[in-house]
Amino acid sequence: MRNKIYATVDAAVADIPSGARILFGGFGGAGFPNNLIQALDRQGAANLTAVTNNCGSGDLELGILFKHERIANVIASFPGPHSHHFQALYAAGKVKLELVPQGILCERLRAAGAGIFGFYSAVGAGTEAANGHEERVFDGRRTVFYGPISGDYALIKAWKADELGNLVYRKTARNFNPIMAVAAETTIAEVDEIVPVGALDPELIGTPAVFVRRVVQVKGIRNVVKA
Amino acid sequence: MSSKPRLTREQVAARAALELKDGDCVNLGWGIPNLVSAYVPAGINVFFHSENGILGMGPRAKPGEEDYDLVDAMKVPVTVVPGASYFDQGMAHLMTRGRHLDVSMLGGLQVAENGDFANWKVPDSKGSGGIGGAMDIATGARRLVVCMEHNTKDGKPKVVRRCTYPLTALACVSRVVTDLAVLDVMPEGFVLAEVAPGWTPEEVQEQTEARLIARGKVPEMPVAR
Repeated sequence: MRNKIYATVDAAVADIPSGARILFGGFGGAGFPNNLIQALDRQGAANLTAVTNNCGSGDLELGILFKHERIANVIASFPGPHSHHFQALYAAGKVKLELVPQGILCERLRAAGAGIFGFYSAVGAGTEAANGHEERVFDGRRTVFYGPISGDYALIKAWKADELGNLVYRKTARNFNPIMAVAAETTIAEVDEIVPVGALDPELIGTPAVFVRRVVQVKGIRNVVKA
Repeated sequence: MSSKPRLTREQVAARAALELKDGDCVNLGWGIPNLVSAYVPAGINVFFHSENGILGMGPRAKPGEEDYDLVDAMKVPVTVVPGASYFDQGMAHLMTRGRHLDVSMLGGLQVAENGDFANWKVPDSKGSGGIGGAMDIATGARRLVVCMEHNTKDGKPKVVRRCTYPLTALACVSRVVTDLAVLDVMPEGFVLAEVAPGWTPEEVQEQTEARLIARGKVPEMPVAR
């Protein structure tokens, strides 16, 4: 059996180089791989491209990576009202941002994972989100072309994993995690618990093991919700 | 700006809730729509959708019962109702963009008479802005009800001939519920369906940039005074 289990979050992210493109799961305070993110911060890789729904909540989530200027480019849907460190860098011109409609972000990631080279959608037609994109009319409707978004790494959070890397998610902590998992060359999952092979119900697997290269068990940092 | 009393945000939400039918699957956005769930008419059962992966979202969690793996799109710990389902963000937006929800309600900055809609960014605003789910929700809505104040804080009309703010989506709005009126977006323009209690169609028109079409006697919005 290929060993995918890493003893520490630091070991799991040790080889991520500067300049890497990283996909991050998480939404609304739930399902962020906070311990992997903090290990990545300790590791010090810089000039990163981050693909994420939002850009941190204070120092939490991706906040610490912006605070320490590790991220140079962002593809995001909603940087968010508490993304102070990102906003400071953005105002100073130290980080580039591509804003993508949230569902389109999901589909662009899925396309990358599924071997699809892009698609047309009416979402964004006539808006700033279409800037720089090809447009085409289908059945009288304006549509916008969107290409795939892949990552060198995905850092994701799941509830449980088995020793093969099959993942189970919990409630709304699922969010972007299974989507990011399929779109990266190396997907690294932080989980609350690793269980033996056979202990997870195959009917309930949220991300099959084929997508997961590394698993690390941590007692996850639970974010304080700032509504 | 007229000094006549306008409806409160709660009254606008209560009126918007009358748009819901039994069995509807409904997404509620930020702002006034977020208040609508408290006013679902008695005897009606609707399923609230949240773009972070819930169909069948229930009320906020009680203090002490919060589960931070179960939150709404505004990070608030919530509950689910019997019959609810969880899914990923992509499936959640497949539902919004793919016209699978019955009604979506969003807060708004401007609505134009051709149904164009702006709600995500004020021109020349500082900071990055953020699109979130609004473009997917608005573009794919079977029936988009925009709930908003009729005018900006400094009295400018938000019901306009053409949007001047950055657009969220083209030609997507079905109905607008404001603190002064209910308006339907029709091929011929805005049709005034209801006016706030105490307001005349002419007075609502004075607060509106777009031309309003009033057919016969326009009824009052049915809200508790």
